[in-house]
Amino acid sequence: MTEELQAEPAEERQIYDPIGPTPTSYKREPEGAHPPLDFEGYKSTALRHPKQPLIYLPQMITEITGPQLAPVVMGAGDNDLTTQHEGEPIGERITVSGRVFDTEGKPLRGTLVEIWQANAAGRYKHRWDRWPAPLDPNFSGAGRCVTDDEGRYQFTTIKPGPYPWGNHYNAWRPAHIHFSLMGRAFIQRLVTQMYFPGDPFFPYDPIFNSVRDPKARERMISSFSIHETVPNWAAAYEFDIYLRGPGATPFEEAH
Amino acid sequence: MIFETTPSQTVGPYFAIGLPFDVGPFAVPEGTPGAFHLTGTIYDGAGIPIPDFLLETWQADPDGRFADMYGYGEASELPGFRGFARYGLEDGDGTFDIVTVKPGRLPVPPTFGDAAQAPHIDVSVFARGMLHRTVTRVYFADETEANAADPVLARVPVERRPTLLAEPYAGGYRFDIRFQGPNETVFFDV
Repeated sequence: MTEELQAEPAEERQIYDPIGPTPTSYKREPEGAHPPLDFEGYKSTALRHPKQPLIYLPQMITEITGPQLAPVVMGAGDNDLTTQHEGEPIGERITVSGRVFDTEGKPLRGTLVEIWQANAAGRYKHRWDRWPAPLDPNFSGAGRCVTDDEGRYQFTTIKPGPYPWGNHYNAWRPAHIHFSLMGRAFIQRLVTQMYFPGDPFFPYDPIFNSVRDPKARERMISSFSIHETVPNWAAAYEFDIYLRGPGATPFEEAH
Repeated sequence: MIFETTPSQTVGPYFAIGLPFDVGPFAVPEGTPGAFHLTGTIYDGAGIPIPDFLLETWQADPDGRFADMYGYGEASELPGFRGFARYGLEDGDGTFDIVTVKPGRLPVPPTFGDAAQAPHIDVSVFARGMLHRTVTRVYFADETEANAADPVLARVPVERRPTLLAEPYAGGYRFDIRFQGPNETVFFDV
């Protein structure tokens, strides 16, 4: 291994102070930060989006507070999806780790990160997933983790496979891991999907492409890290997540 | 703001392998005085119940206090109060059923004067076919006076306000959610 590979990444992220007092307002998100609820390419949105315009909800106490779920749902070893059964799951063992920040760059500590995914063959352990790829008796595909003081989470899992779906002719989902983040406030709640770099299915997937800004799409793609890769054990993927940050919010609707 | 948020993606059809948990439907422990069922059906634009939805709720306790993770305000003293419920099934039929208590009235930010918010529960709905969560609020049909003074309801056209009112029934309150159609539920931009 060369010196260069052993060195720490040059752009080591600045460590911010731990989070301060509970914010009393959060910045509004710019238009297009999230995909539209009505998106032609993804057929199931047609009957599942509101037709009436959304009504602006001023941020009040219910929106700026949030639950403490970790003590309720966490169990020992929940962040290792490869040790939940007697045997080891089949597939490419990987670690998925990263940090949860707000848009000010402050890490969110103690926040719940939940994931679920298909197995290496692209099959979910779910009664309504009927595509004929094998189930793995040693893989359930769900995990939980609570971020540490630096906002860091880490999972050990199996790289999920891509799989076909019925949206259009020859439709396939790029390999992905579902992520659910509670944040610290109702307003920060986020459900998203983490993708893998260089997936050949990207150009054809309406869910991935429902995020119209190519730079925003990039924020859903993890990066491979040789530095985090555990020798003789597991390839490492890194995925940082940014939730809405504190800041002034307009009293009236954004224009 | 120096970073942009990570974009939302759909929860998909298979969230039930990861998100539900045993006591998820209970915002308060079973047997809490005053606890009731908040139940309803979620309909798509064709009027058909959506089987694969995930619903989450967040609210104050009857004294207007939260079980907030950072202790915002005075912490709830109701034993076991979580104020959060999560409901979603592998084999859903379009209905939800959570157990909770009626929240108290809540203060408003100074910009809203001295109005008080009526008892309400914030609701997030996630589903296959929803690329981002949808947010609504449950108000209570038997809180006429408080509802009339609520600054959020005041922003909703009068004719659409009934879609936000949970109706009392023998076991608690019923709150249906309709994504489209003549009685489309009011959804909020948070």
